[in-house]
Amino acid sequence: MNWLNPILILLAALLAVFFESAFAGYSNLLLAKVDLLPMLMVYAALTHGLFTVVTLAFAGGLLFDSLSANPFGASVLPLLVIGLFIYYNRGLLLRQNTNAQFFFGLFASAAAPLMTLLVILALGESPLLGWGSIWQWIAMTVVGGMLTPMCFRFFDRVKRSLNYEPVAEQNSFHPDREIKRGRY
Amino acid sequence: MFKRPHYIALVAVILLVLILFRLPAETVSRFKLAVGGFFLPLFGLAGSTQQLVAKTGNAIVPRGDLVRQNEVLRRENQQLKILAQQSQEASRENAQLRQLIGWQKTVPWKLKLAHVIAHDPANWWRTVQIDAGTRDGVQVNFPVLTVEGLVGRVSSVSSTRSQVILLGDAQLRVGAVISDTGTSAHGRETGVVTANASAPLENNMVTLSYLSGTSSVKPGQTVTTSGEGGVFPRGIPIGKIFDLRKVDYGLSTEARVALFASMNSIEEVWVMFPENNAAVSGTPSSAIKK
Repeated sequence: MNWLNPILILLAALLAVFFESAFAGYSNLLLAKVDLLPMLMVYAALTHGLFTVVTLAFAGGLLFDSLSANPFGASVLPLLVIGLFIYYNRGLLLRQNTNAQFFFGLFASAAAPLMTLLVILALGESPLLGWGSIWQWIAMTVVGGMLTPMCFRFFDRVKRSLNYEPVAEQNSFHPDREIKRGRY
Repeated sequence: MFKRPHYIALVAVILLVLILFRLPAETVSRFKLAVGGFFLPLFGLAGSTQQLVAKTGNAIVPRGDLVRQNEVLRRENQQLKILAQQSQEASRENAQLRQLIGWQKTVPWKLKLAHVIAHDPANWWRTVQIDAGTRDGVQVNFPVLTVEGLVGRVSSVSSTRSQVILLGDAQLRVGAVISDTGTSAHGRETGVVTANASAPLENNMVTLSYLSGTSSVKPGQTVTTSGEGGVFPRGIPIGKIFDLRKVDYGLSTEARVALFASMNSIEEVWVMFPENNAAVSGTPSSAIKK
């Protein structure tokens, strides 16, 4: 197993949560904070194995909750559900298509906050919810969807630059010029 | 579809999360702070970068401007020193009078400057992390304010950082008072500051609930902490009444309060703690008869 990719994704999750909490100034303009973890989960579920999906859900969720007032672990299960759903259906999905990536990002960014809120409410907490929350949800969904294809481009580039790729051998053999011997 | 190791991994994660949900609050808080420790190098890096940028900015400021600014600050400092002397005299007199009539002594409060290092990444909470912890004497429930007014209270503490619940969060309620309303015998109306739940987009607005139905509170009046509840000392400014509406079929009044402290741009805060650093209990500056 190549350990570099899961490590890179976990590092990206750490940086994503750090960015969300340390540079929250953009939320004054958008009136909402964008969660980058669902987008990472889409990438992990479409391009990596189940181990990466489960690790990202667990580590990413705990990292997010450690800086939030969420009950500790509340973000893990929603990420896991989204990751597993995409992972087990990825054979049917056009994962290289930009539009498909956008829609998966849209779906994940919309589902993650809803499921997290369900978990929080089920635990008896009282988060701040009102009509304005609908705007926040829409903003999270749309921005998450728009950022997902970029996430794919970024990781593909990183993967290309860090991973070993076999060099294509240069020779003069062409199958169409093969001299076939014997009976046809 | 599922392979056996997959099942084991999934069940393990779900079990771990369920165990986390069932753990006591104190243990969970410690876990949270421990996991949050992974961010410390990044916060340190961000802090040093900000300092570097600020230093570079300072180097660009012309010397003449700095000298002028220094002169203004020196004068302001002298004025503040005189005011501090006067206020010391007033508090000495206050303590003597309290002793004479047998009222409880007020506990003096100290202030500790802290920087906001992170905001809550979720949209449904209003909390921040500050770079002061138990090693700086910070404890749970200590009030946090800016020069403009009250900001919130400390909700959990580690050795180097603390989490602060901000005004406007659904978990924070503050006893508040509006002086000189002319409604009650004492000329003050009390209420409870709660989250402005109907409008989570308005960060700088909170709701003042439980005002009487015959309240004569008017927009523009100042709301301060009442000292009731035992967490916040009396008299810390919170905000100004923005507008009012009758609720519960006119039995009570609810007001929207525009906060003095700008919640969207808090970078530095002051943590208030008793001079002897004992746990905050009772009402430190409220007058309770012995």
